[in-house]
Amino acid sequence: MFGRLTIEALPLYSAIAAGGAAVTVGGALLVAIAITWLGAWRYLWTDWLTSVDHKRIGVMYIVLALIMLLRGFVDAIMMRAQQAMALNSGGYLPPEHFDQIFSSHGTIMIFFMAMPFMTGLINIIVPLQIGTRDVAFPFLNSLSLWLTAAGAGLVMVSLVIGKFSTAGWTGYPPYSGAEANPGVGVDYWIWAILISGVGSTLSGINFVVTILKRRAPGLTLMRMTPFTWTALCASVLMAFAFPALTVACGLLALDRLFGMHFFTNAHGGNMMNYPNLFWIWGHPEVYILILPAFGIFSEVVSTFSKKRLFGYESLVYATAAIAILSFTVWLHHFFTMGSSPNVNAFFGITTMVIAVPTGVKVFNWLLTMYRGRIDFHPSMMWTIGFMVTFVIGGMTGVLLAIPSADFLMHNTTFLVAHFHNMIIPGVLFGYLAGYMYWFPKAFGFALDRKWGLASFWCWMIGFYLAFMPLYLLGFKGMPRRMEQYNDPSWQPYLMVAASGAALILVGIACMVMQLYVSVRDRRKTADVTGDPFDGRTLEWATASPPPAYNFAVLPEIRDREPLLDMKERGVTFQRPAAYEDIHMPKNSAVGVVMGGLAFVLGFAVIWHIWWLVAACGLAMWIVLIARSSDDESEFRITAAEVKQIEDARFRALASQTTSRT
Amino acid sequence: MSAAVTTHESEAAEAHEQRAFGFWLYLMGDAVIFALLFATYVIMVDNTAGGPAGKALFSLPNAAIETALLLVSSTTFGFASLSSKTGNRGAVLAWLLLTFVLGAGFVFLELREFAGLIKAGAGPDRSGFLSAFFTLVGTHGLHVSVGLTWILIMSGQVMLKGLSVPVTSRLFRLGLFWHFLDIAWVGIFSIVYLPGLL
Repeated sequence: MFGRLTIEALPLYSAIAAGGAAVTVGGALLVAIAITWLGAWRYLWTDWLTSVDHKRIGVMYIVLALIMLLRGFVDAIMMRAQQAMALNSGGYLPPEHFDQIFSSHGTIMIFFMAMPFMTGLINIIVPLQIGTRDVAFPFLNSLSLWLTAAGAGLVMVSLVIGKFSTAGWTGYPPYSGAEANPGVGVDYWIWAILISGVGSTLSGINFVVTILKRRAPGLTLMRMTPFTWTALCASVLMAFAFPALTVACGLLALDRLFGMHFFTNAHGGNMMNYPNLFWIWGHPEVYILILPAFGIFSEVVSTFSKKRLFGYESLVYATAAIAILSFTVWLHHFFTMGSSPNVNAFFGITTMVIAVPTGVKVFNWLLTMYRGRIDFHPSMMWTIGFMVTFVIGGMTGVLLAIPSADFLMHNTTFLVAHFHNMIIPGVLFGYLAGYMYWFPKAFGFALDRKWGLASFWCWMIGFYLAFMPLYLLGFKGMPRRMEQYNDPSWQPYLMVAASGAALILVGIACMVMQLYVSVRDRRKTADVTGDPFDGRTLEWATASPPPAYNFAVLPEIRDREPLLDMKERGVTFQRPAAYEDIHMPKNSAVGVVMGGLAFVLGFAVIWHIWWLVAACGLAMWIVLIARSSDDESEFRITAAEVKQIEDARFRALASQTTSRT
Repeated sequence: MSAAVTTHESEAAEAHEQRAFGFWLYLMGDAVIFALLFATYVIMVDNTAGGPAGKALFSLPNAAIETALLLVSSTTFGFASLSSKTGNRGAVLAWLLLTFVLGAGFVFLELREFAGLIKAGAGPDRSGFLSAFFTLVGTHGLHVSVGLTWILIMSGQVMLKGLSVPVTSRLFRLGLFWHFLDIAWVGIFSIVYLPGLL
């Protein structure tokens, strides 16, 4: 009846695991109680969970990302604490638990923090920047969100029921195969990734179509903002790279479920095919994450330097070049596999080549700042911190691109330091810059600058303290993922690293404080202009938060910086002669229902509850068929209603202007 | 009034175009899946682990009949598409039905082949080669089965709703899907069955 699910699945094997489960369940209960106490279930359901509005979907993605950031960071600080203590002793975490923690840390940070954060920012901003009313497939957008959430839910549930994978976030066989790892851990990992991966593929398709087919009149490709360009390239990569992840994890699942021999030791399995398949997705994934962050840095640096972006065309071509080259470097993740020197040399060279367009961008940003009037807004600080730190990480990357050097550094903490050095400043700083930059667009009031700066400095210094020692430890030969060690010369470095993690914890506390202070003071900092930073691009031309239809009349684009162009012509707040009816997609519960069914389906496969797998599969089919036969998925906002909303906005604008003068 | 009608029509045309483009992107992603399964098959084809190889297992007549059924079904789907352009509802239904029968015949032959292999002790858990064979060919067969369900749904929609704009738009995408599966099968025939038997 319940497959292999028994009472043994509860995490009573260690006090810490039980504590983690208690915090998870307690947190979920607390949120449920709070919603009930506020009487907000209906509002939550009709206005948010079933919404197909790209702005709301984007906000929900980012809420998911921030929650998962907290979870992933708890994992990180637990690992740093363990390694700081574990000289000639077991520390406080048993090996089995430590292994789960580094596996879930990587899985969460990549799939359920970075991916939703990026997708959320693209969702909120790209349709506004290209002057459209919604994405090409609004319902698919909602489905993508809920499939991602279902995957995140599976990772969270593994804290309470069963265990998570101990095979690292990459899940290499044969260790992740059924023979070495018969429990549910690897299955949790596989199904969380497979389900959310479908969501990411669909998001990629959705945004390629949106950006290529739904731009406002006059918005040619070479007039698109850098963020839209990077979002386009990242979406193309998502649409074409995620299928490879589906294949890698799908074949591993077939090995585990049906005793097949794709990656097994015996019976003609070929385990080295797995890293190939995995990294054919995995390397483009690095650029899926980082390209949109590059776009954010480009927007931020231009706005807060009060200058047009330097070398726009070179930045666009560099982005496109990176997108293509990202498919040609995957083997550098496993130079030690034993390919011939020629193969390794080829991938070493392509890896060095891909550093060139990235270098071009650094000069784009530096020269945009040159002689600009720089406003040191927190977003700008994240950008400057990124540039300084990222260049260091880039250089260690070029070092690792030399196969002979990689043989020495492979699987040491040098590698751990390198990729954190790319992903924390390159990806996370970028998204946090975007979060602090576009927050007023999404909510109509700005985030507090003081707490934002405090958070930045804690993250920045904490990052150096946490990861520079790992470079040195890598040179000293410390392997990654060690639960304990017996070399006393390593411990001081690991203590410094732990202090860095503690400082980052303060940085996260500052972010929470910033959110609290900003919401508390929202009336004081409210922005009715929709343009708090004297912006140049189209998203600042509409109200904050934008109305459901984004633009009452679709704008005509004449320049690369459309809002600046409107300001120079003095037509920023010009009202149109008349409004027209607007067709908008209806809300739909199908997305959230499908997400729920996918979650139960994944859970049932993990625990081998086959009748439930069949039931969920059938239910998903029926729901999907019913939805695809629905011809009435739109509703109309009449011209009168549009006029009413726009009148209210212009009244607020007028009253603010008079109160200021 | 007429202006409003034309905007609505152009909106519908735009929606169709966007959906077709999105569906093409999906098919290209699906092509990536097939490409990687083909690559996996090619590197594993000799990993028979002492078990049977393709020569002993595959039957050329069976593969040839499967190919014929699928290729003809692509043609009959083409006729369904043509009839939908002229608005001939009965012809569309008839051609869809014929396509369904041919596709179902294909799936039947494939299932029979699979059952025979498993019965002979050459199931997907026998060797790396057979895992790759079953997964590649089975993934294609699963796609064809999804396509068959979709044909049934679209026949229902044509019957109940007629050849309305959304229905013909869906028929168009079903056509893309069906022809794509033909191309994937040509790959399977030339990379799996022919080299296995020659």
